[in-house]
Amino acid sequence: MFKEAVIDGLWKQNPGTIQLLGLCPTLAITTNVINGLSLGLATMFVMIIANSSISPIRRFVPDEVRVPIFILVIAALVTVVDLSIHAFAEPLYKALGIFIPLIVTNCIVLARVESFASKNSTLPSFYDGLFMGLGLCFVLIILGGMREFLGQGTLFSGFDLVFGQALSGISINFFDEYSGFLLAILPPGAFLGLALLIALVNWVDQKE
Amino acid sequence: MNNFIKKNKIVGRTVLVMIIFGVIFSTILEFVYNETNPIILKSEAEAKERLLLQVVKKEIYNNDLINSYIEIPPNQRLKNNSPIKAYVAKKGSKVTAVIIETRAPNGYSGEIKILVGINSKGNILGTRVIKHQETPGLGDYIDINKSEWINIFTASSLKNTSRLEWGVKKDQGKFDYVSGATITARAVIVAINEALIYFKENKLKMGIDV
Repeated sequence: MFKEAVIDGLWKQNPGTIQLLGLCPTLAITTNVINGLSLGLATMFVMIIANSSISPIRRFVPDEVRVPIFILVIAALVTVVDLSIHAFAEPLYKALGIFIPLIVTNCIVLARVESFASKNSTLPSFYDGLFMGLGLCFVLIILGGMREFLGQGTLFSGFDLVFGQALSGISINFFDEYSGFLLAILPPGAFLGLALLIALVNWVDQKE
Repeated sequence: MNNFIKKNKIVGRTVLVMIIFGVIFSTILEFVYNETNPIILKSEAEAKERLLLQVVKKEIYNNDLINSYIEIPPNQRLKNNSPIKAYVAKKGSKVTAVIIETRAPNGYSGEIKILVGINSKGNILGTRVIKHQETPGLGDYIDINKSEWINIFTASSLKNTSRLEWGVKKDQGKFDYVSGATITARAVIVAINEALIYFKENKLKMGIDV
């Protein structure tokens, strides 16, 4: 059960490259590693609590209105996360801005609740949320890394803005004079980058 | 008839469940909101003060800056559509500086909001772009997090910089810019110049009589 969740979430059913759900934030925010990582973690957190709080109450939810109720629960949870981050982690809130409320509309959250948590008991649902979220998080980090490297010639820049001054040394600058590759930063770069990533995943799968 | 009652039973139960869920989660939200709101308001006020401190130094005032402001109604020069606050820094009873928010409506992608700190003699103490949507990696050098460019305005005034010099070097002005993103620099320079002109025309209202 645990192993299955790991393999499904990280590879076989990866939300970013296989299920292709929740692409709106995936494409919009992955201009660098730190943005991808932050939104990935926030989404993962929401998926974990959404899955593990809906699974125990699934018997009380009538089939006819399950979707509105799931959305209600998810929206309430996201609002709680949003308010908490704003109150207790202001730098993170500044960096993620409007993308936290948008997690509500990220269909991967509803998809996992609807297809997994509403049919399984709490512990497997928890694992499902954790590893699906982690899988998405990895895709966001890799895509962010590709776009940041090509677009700005850096990696891990801006970590200090989110995680504190201690991490300001982590940023790597690859070129002294890099004028930037704008296409990678703009939205088309996100589509191209994701396409390359999916192609790579398919290629690996085919070889097996 | 039996069918009708059966159907309505389902409807009733569904409605009831939805109401219960609605009430439970509204209560949770209400609780979390009440717990976090004071903290959020406090950190917003602190963030605002940090922002103001970027354009004026702590040494030049000793008043409660956040609560010492005048309202500016919609104005041609500052391009504000709704009333905005101009903060007045005082040392004792003497006004030492004002902080004005100005807008550049003609950035490369949308409006750019700029905070300008001006001392009582009309010299710029500091400038910060507080909101913009310029192209990442190209026009966003106006953001202090990306480059130091925005500091080139410090110490400029209408007196030491003529009307013509308020422009990028390409247009015979005196300010540097990043080639490929001239539109952004032009917009910012005009907005800051307009803020200085507004200050000159309205400084009496702000308590400065030089």
